[in-house]
Amino acid sequence: MVRLADWRGLRSLDRKMLRELWRLRGQLLSIGLVVATAVMMLVTMRGTYEALFEGRAAYYRDYRLGDVWSSLEQAPESLRGRILRIPGVAAVETRVTTYATLDLPWLDAPGQGLFVSIPATRRADVDDIHVREGRYVRPGRATEVVVNENFFRANELAVGDTITAVLNGVRRSMRVVGSAISPTQSYAVPPGALYPDDERYGVFWMSREALGPALEAEDAFNEVALRLSRGANEAAVLRGLDRILDPYGGRGAYGRPDQLSWKILNDELSQNRSMGTAFPVVFLAVAAFLLNLVLSRLIATQRTEIGALKAMGYSNREIGLHFLSYSVVAVGLGTLLGALGGVWAGAAMVDLYDEYFNFPTLEHRMSWTLVLIGGGISLVAAVIGGSGAVRRATSLPPAEAMRPEPPDRFRPGWIERAGVGRLLSTGGRLILRNLERRPVRAAMSSLGVAFSVAILVIGLFMFDGMELMLDLQFQVAQREDLTVAFNRDLGASVRYDLARMPGVTRVEPFQMVPVRLQAGHRERELAITALDTDTRLRRIVSENGRIHPVPLEGLVLSSVLAHGLRIGRGDTVAVEALTGLRRTERVAVTDVVDDLLGVSAYMSTGALRRLTREGPRASGAYVLTDREHLVAVNEALKRAPAVASVASPATMLASFESQLEDSIFIAIFFIVGFASVISVAVIYNGTRIALSERGRELASLRVLGFTRGEVSTLLFGEQAVITVAAIPVGWVIGYALAYLLVNSLSSETYRIPLVVSAQTYFWTAAVTLVAATASALLVRRRLNRMDLIAVLKTRE
Amino acid sequence: MDVTTARTTAQPSGARRTVVLEARALSKVYDMGEVQVRALRSVDLDLYAAELAVLLGASGSGKSTLLNIIGGLDRPSAGTLRYGDWDLSHADDKELTLYRREYVGFVFQLYNLIPSLTARENVSLVSEIARDPMRPEEALDLVGLAERFDHFPAQLSGGEQQRVAIARAIAKRPKILLCDEPTGALDAQTGKLVLRVLEQVNRETGTTTAIITHNVAIAGLGDRVIRMSSGEITEVAYNERRASLDEIEW
Repeated sequence: MVRLADWRGLRSLDRKMLRELWRLRGQLLSIGLVVATAVMMLVTMRGTYEALFEGRAAYYRDYRLGDVWSSLEQAPESLRGRILRIPGVAAVETRVTTYATLDLPWLDAPGQGLFVSIPATRRADVDDIHVREGRYVRPGRATEVVVNENFFRANELAVGDTITAVLNGVRRSMRVVGSAISPTQSYAVPPGALYPDDERYGVFWMSREALGPALEAEDAFNEVALRLSRGANEAAVLRGLDRILDPYGGRGAYGRPDQLSWKILNDELSQNRSMGTAFPVVFLAVAAFLLNLVLSRLIATQRTEIGALKAMGYSNREIGLHFLSYSVVAVGLGTLLGALGGVWAGAAMVDLYDEYFNFPTLEHRMSWTLVLIGGGISLVAAVIGGSGAVRRATSLPPAEAMRPEPPDRFRPGWIERAGVGRLLSTGGRLILRNLERRPVRAAMSSLGVAFSVAILVIGLFMFDGMELMLDLQFQVAQREDLTVAFNRDLGASVRYDLARMPGVTRVEPFQMVPVRLQAGHRERELAITALDTDTRLRRIVSENGRIHPVPLEGLVLSSVLAHGLRIGRGDTVAVEALTGLRRTERVAVTDVVDDLLGVSAYMSTGALRRLTREGPRASGAYVLTDREHLVAVNEALKRAPAVASVASPATMLASFESQLEDSIFIAIFFIVGFASVISVAVIYNGTRIALSERGRELASLRVLGFTRGEVSTLLFGEQAVITVAAIPVGWVIGYALAYLLVNSLSSETYRIPLVVSAQTYFWTAAVTLVAATASALLVRRRLNRMDLIAVLKTRE
Repeated sequence: MDVTTARTTAQPSGARRTVVLEARALSKVYDMGEVQVRALRSVDLDLYAAELAVLLGASGSGKSTLLNIIGGLDRPSAGTLRYGDWDLSHADDKELTLYRREYVGFVFQLYNLIPSLTARENVSLVSEIARDPMRPEEALDLVGLAERFDHFPAQLSGGEQQRVAIARAIAKRPKILLCDEPTGALDAQTGKLVLRVLEQVNRETGTTTAIITHNVAIAGLGDRVIRMSSGEITEVAYNERRASLDEIEW
C-alpha cells in the first residue's frame, strides 16, 4: 500500500483513488505507455520537422541562396551588368566551375571534384559558403581550396593537407585550408550518378583569381547565380537571362525547383512532414481507441463499488470524477513520459539529421504545444472512454449495481450451431461462448491488436520496397561494372578506344543532352539520356521489373515526368535541345515507365541525332570488364584526362546497403517497441480484466480439480483467439496505411514501391504473438498466486 | 425538506407512534426481456420512529426489492413513497442521492466495503459527506471494533467486516437503518454478535431499523414482524416484548 495515502488531510475517496491507482499500476502504466508513445512520436517527428524547417530557412537566408541559376559555355564578365539590369534581379554572382579528376592514392578508384570559384576578397552575394573547419580562402594564395565537409570527413582530411587534381589537363597540388557547406551543394551528386558518393566526389571552392586562369577564363564566367527581389517575376527573369546567355552557349536558366540540392532538401522535408504527421496521427488514433477500450472495461469491473458508493449517498458526479482520475492519471503519466522521451528522441533525431543535412544551425526545441496537443487528444479520448463506462455503471440503480452481474444468458452461438462446437472440448466451448457473448468487445480488442500489427507493417514494408528498388536498379537496370562520364561530349570513336583497353569486354556509349520539354503551358528542363536500341548494360525498368525496349523513334518518359506534364503514351511533346543548334521538334511519347528513381527521359541514339542534327557523340559509356582487370581499368580511366568520373554501381550498392542496414536497425528497434506497447496494452489489460471478471469461475474450476495450466488455457484461450484473428486484419489495415504512406512519400527523387514481403508478414505476426505471450505470462503469475478460498468467499 | 412533521398512527396496543416513512400501493415490475417479473404487488407499509422491524420472507418474496425502494436505491413502478412530507416516488436521481446521503444507512449481506480502504477510512467515507456525523472512531467503538481501526477488509473476519459496515451505516446518524440479510453470510455465533450490535444501536440511538431476513428465529428480536410472500405483505405481527438474543436459537 502506498504510505503516501495515509496523509492526514486526504479524503477517504481520494485515498481509495490513490490505493486503486497503485493496485492498477501495471494496467495504467501499459495504457500510459501507449499515450507516451503517441506523444513522443508527435513531439519527436513533428518537432524534428519544425527544427529542420527553421534550420533550412536560416541557412538559405544567412548564406544568400540564389533563386535562379544558369550555366553556359563561357561569357565575358562584362555581361554581368546586363544581367543585373534584368527587372527583378537583386544580386548577381558570376563564377567559373569545372569538373576535375582527383588523385586519391588511398582509394582504389579515381575521384572527381567539382571546382567552383568564390570571390577571395569578399563573401559571395549569392550562394555563399559556410566554413565549418579551418578558414575561407585568402587573396593571392592560388593553391588554397575549401572542401565540402562530407568529402573532407569521408576522406579523413585535415586542414593543411594537400590534394592533387587534374584541372584542365594539368596536374596541380592544392592545399586544403578549410571545410565548408553550401546550400547549393548540400546534395553533391557526381555527374551521371543518382546519389552522393562522398568518398570519391567532392566540391572544391577556390578563389576566382586562381581558378579563372587555370581554366583559361580570366575575366569570364561559365555559371551565374542570381537572387531576386521580393515579388519579382521569376519566369520573366528566366526568359531574360536565357536571352542574354543564349549567344554564349547558355544551357537554360532554372529556378530553385530545378536546383538539385534545393529540390532534394525540399522533397526530404515534405516527406519528413508527411511522416511527422502520418505516424503520430496513426498512433494518437490508436492510443485514443485503446484508452477508450481499456478504461471502459476497467471501470466496468468496479460496478459493485460504484453501487456501494451510490448507496452511501455519493452523487454520480462525485463518482464520475473519482473514476475519471484513472484516465487522467494514465494520460498524465503517459504525456509526461512522452514529453521526456520526445526531448530525448527529438534531440537524438535532430543530431542524426544534423549529420545528414549539415545545416549551420539545427536546434531541437521542446515544443510544449505539441505535448499539449498529444496529451489533450489522449485526455479527451480517455475521458470519453472512461465516462461512458462510468455513466453505464452509475445509470444502474445502486441495488442492481451492487449485485454481482447476473449470469450472462449463455447459449450456443452461431459458430457452435454451425456444428463446429462438436469438434471442441469443453474448454474450447467455454472460450467460444465467452467470445460470442461479447462479440463487440472481442472485435474491439482484436482491432486494437490489429493496429499494432498494422503499425509493424507500415514500419517494416518500406525496407521491402527499398530492397526491391535497389534490386531493380542494380541488378536489372544498371548492369555495367563502371559508369564513365567524360569531361565533354566525345566523338563516336571513343567506344573503340575504351573497348581496346585490356579486360574491357563490352562498351555501350550514351549521350546526355539538356533539353526543355514543353506540353501546352507546362515545361520541364532535364537531360535526355540516349541509349543504343540494343542496350544491354543499361536498361529501362519499371517497378514491376518489366524491361522496356529503347524505341527507334520517340521518347520514353518516367511516369512522374509524364504525369507532371499531363501527357501520356501517344501524345507529342515539344523537345528543345539546349545545346548545339538548339533545334526544337515535336516528338511522340512512345512509352511511359513506372520507374522508381529520379526523373528520366530516354531516346535512342539515332533518334537523338535526328533531333540535334549532330553526328554521333558520347557523353559517357557503360563499361563491362572481366573480374581480374576491373581494378586496372579503373586505374587507367582515372588517369585519362578526358574522363570526368568513373562510378562503380557495385560500390554504390554496397554503400547504399550499409546505410540501409543502419537505418533498419534503428527503425526496427522503435517500431517493434511501439507496436509491442500497443499489443501489451490490449492483451495485458484484456487478460487482467478477464481475470478479475472471471476469477470466481476460474477458482471454482481449480477447486473442481482443474490444473493451473488448464485454467490458464481457459483464460488465455480467449486472448489467443483475439490475437490470432487480429493478425490478418492488421495486415489489411497495414497494407492500406502503406498505400497511403507510399503516395504521400512519393517524390521525384524516388518512389517506394508498394510491396510487402512474406518475411514482413511473418515478422509482424511473430512480434505480435511474442508480445501477446509476454503479456499472458505477466498475468499468469497473478493467476498462480490466486487464493482459491478467498476468491470463492468474496465477490470482489 | 421538512421531515420533522411526522404524523401519528394508532397502534393495536393503543399507543400512538410517529410514522417516519410511508409506502402506499408500491409495486415493482422487472422487465427481463422475454418475461416480466412482478417483484412487488401493491404493498402498503409504514415505518415508525425508533422501531426495530423485521421483514421476514423466503428468497424471492420481494423483501429486498421493498427495502431497496424504501431506501432510495431503486424506484417503484407504481405507488407512493413518502419520507415525512417528501414524495420520494417521483424523486429524481439527485433527490434520491440526497435522501440516501442524509437519512438512510445501509447494511448489506456481503458488506460491500471498499477493499482498498481501512475500517476507519470506510467509515469516514460516509462521515465526510454527512451533515452531522459521528467521528469514525466513535462509530467503530459502538460496534466494538475500537482495536481494528487500521485494518483493511481483507484482514478482518466476516463478522468484523459486517460490523464495520454497520459502523459505516450509522456514522451519519441516519433516521432509517436498512439491513439486507446482515447475517446471511455469517455463522450463528458471529451472526448473533452482529444482531446484538444492531439491536444495541437501535436501542441507544433510536434509529428506525428494518432488518430483512429469511431466518424465522430472528423474528422475535423485532418490535414488529412483517411477513412477505410473492411480493405481498401477508402478515404484520407485534411482539409484546423484544426477545433477547440469548433466547434465540438457529
